[in-house]
Amino acid sequence: MAISEHIPIKADTDVLAARQKGRALGLQAGFASIDITLLATAISELARNILLYAREGEIELRLLHEGGRRGVMVVASDQGPGIADIERALQDGFSTSGGLGLGLPGVKRLMDSFEIRSLPGQGTVVTAVKWELR
Amino acid sequence: MKGSRSYAAAAARALQSKSIPGPESTTSLLRELVAHLRQNRTQLREEWARRITEAELLTAMTKEEVFAEATSVYDNYVEALETGTFEALQAYARNLSERIIPRGVETHEVIGIVLLLRDVLARSLFAKYQGDFTKLNRILDAYEPAANRIANTVSVGFVQERERIIREQQEAIRELSTPVLQVRERLLILPIIGVIDPQRARQLTEQLLRGIRTNRAKVVVIDITGVAAMDATVANHLVQTVEASRLLGATVIVTGLSPEIAQTLVTIGVDLGKMTTVGDLQGGIEEAERLLGYKVMQFSSDAVDA
Amino acid sequence: MDVPVLKQGPYLIATVQSALTDADLAQLRRTLVEQVGRYRSRGLIVDVTAVDVLDSFACRTLRDIAHMTGFRGAETVIVGIHADLAFAMVQLGLSLEGVATALDLEEGLAYLNRKQRAAKAAAPGLRPPAGKSPTRDRRGH
Ligand SMILES: Nc1ncnc2c1ncn2[C@@H]1O[C@H](COP(=O)(O)OP(=O)(O)OP(=O)(O)O)[C@@H](O)[C@H]1O
Ligand SMILES: [Mg+2]
Repeated sequence: MAISEHIPIKADTDVLAARQKGRALGLQAGFASIDITLLATAISELARNILLYAREGEIELRLLHEGGRRGVMVVASDQGPGIADIERALQDGFSTSGGLGLGLPGVKRLMDSFEIRSLPGQGTVVTAVKWELR
Repeated sequence: MKGSRSYAAAAARALQSKSIPGPESTTSLLRELVAHLRQNRTQLREEWARRITEAELLTAMTKEEVFAEATSVYDNYVEALETGTFEALQAYARNLSERIIPRGVETHEVIGIVLLLRDVLARSLFAKYQGDFTKLNRILDAYEPAANRIANTVSVGFVQERERIIREQQEAIRELSTPVLQVRERLLILPIIGVIDPQRARQLTEQLLRGIRTNRAKVVVIDITGVAAMDATVANHLVQTVEASRLLGATVIVTGLSPEIAQTLVTIGVDLGKMTTVGDLQGGIEEAERLLGYKVMQFSSDAVDA
Repeated sequence: MDVPVLKQGPYLIATVQSALTDADLAQLRRTLVEQVGRYRSRGLIVDVTAVDVLDSFACRTLRDIAHMTGFRGAETVIVGIHADLAFAMVQLGLSLEGVATALDLEEGLAYLNRKQRAAKAAAPGLRPPAGKSPTRDRRGH
């Protein structure tokens, strides 16, 4: 059983691959179909941000077991330009690329926990977890 | 516990040739025990039922019922001691639990009665073998592990059954509390009653969205007359439900919006003008039928008939 | 990944058959805008039944398609969004506001037909106005 998977993100097809792996892992974690869709959507947003802002990076997917509950952890990391103002980046509608600016705040809503670390010039790491219901 | 290995060896020897004298095996001790329990069935069973009443256990049941169950448990108990297999007892424990749980029998009562039976039987063994202390000890050594296993089997069976019933009830209550009703072709009504927490709100949304797909609904009336209060999280959820329904091609009409809830919605930044709201459920259904074009269709078919 | 586009009377029907990459999405937008112009289509149905995720970029593309083809006189209806997907989209904050949606292909066609009839009844010979949601305007006669 795959406990952890690393998916390099270099091209737009990698976004689909990451999403697919996320689905498979969600299934393994016993997620309801709706939660699998939420997870896959979050992965899609994070992978796309890597591609768009850092050109390349990696998505790590990890199966979690904690207190009898299963979950999937998503770690999206890159060594791109980083985010200068994280607080603003997390606001609905803020975008430096003419996007809808819903990716990061959306991921926060889709997942159960969300954490972002970023240093300008060094890169960005977003960690988010989705837990199985009950 | 003493070497069960030597007991087994002794048992094997005893089986091969009954004439060889030697230490009695667990099997033969248990056989003797079982014979004793069978002989004194009536008296021990009555004693047990009396002790149950005395300890104020199973108060939800009548004396006759307690006695009837005590008889069955007693027989199953003796059988388990005799055969060393617990399946029948397990099945009986589950069946018993299924019958008595709805009547409000608690876990501690079930464990209590099984421990009482163990005590009643042990006392009777004392009485019978008090003249031969070595024998009494050997009998108790054989009896206790079996009795413990029986107590365990019955208690675990009860607890498992109880959990299963609770789960089922929770499921049923949830279903009941968020019914998606189809009143007409393509029209769903979702009357929400009681307190909505985020978990229930989500469940409700899921159920509704699935309902829209399976019933090919075009209009949904969500009636929240029965909802006392709504915090911002749940209010947000309501808005999301309206939006998600639209993505599936269905219009949502919200009815029974109290001034307090309307205020909550405005506070979290919902544009009430974007949401179709109608005063009460009746008005909501009429509006829904208008949207579905029922009046128009009826009118034109009348015209064709005439 | 090619998206087959079918011409049916005054309408175009695009059936997305699997997950699309960003490049596929951009390609789809170009194709549809171009074909709506070429065939002078009155309506465009984008069927996303086979799509498992519509993230912010995909939604933006669908919205752009609706707006751009709207300028060319066709109304766009997105059909076949799954229940799970609809829930994920609104959680994300994407409600495709201003774009018509319908349950499936059949409903999408019925919606476009209703709009056509309504427009013809209101102003014969004129093109129907585009960009209205079926959920707002479904009282077609
Ligand atoms: N990995 C990253 N590296 C650098 N900057 C990032 C990264 N991810 C997000 N950002 C910054 O945060 C902003 C907000 O991101 P978010 O995903 O919320 O919106 P968006 O990508 O602009 O638009 P959308 O995701 O809705 O298409 C981005 O515009 C970008 O400036
Ligand atoms: Mg983004």
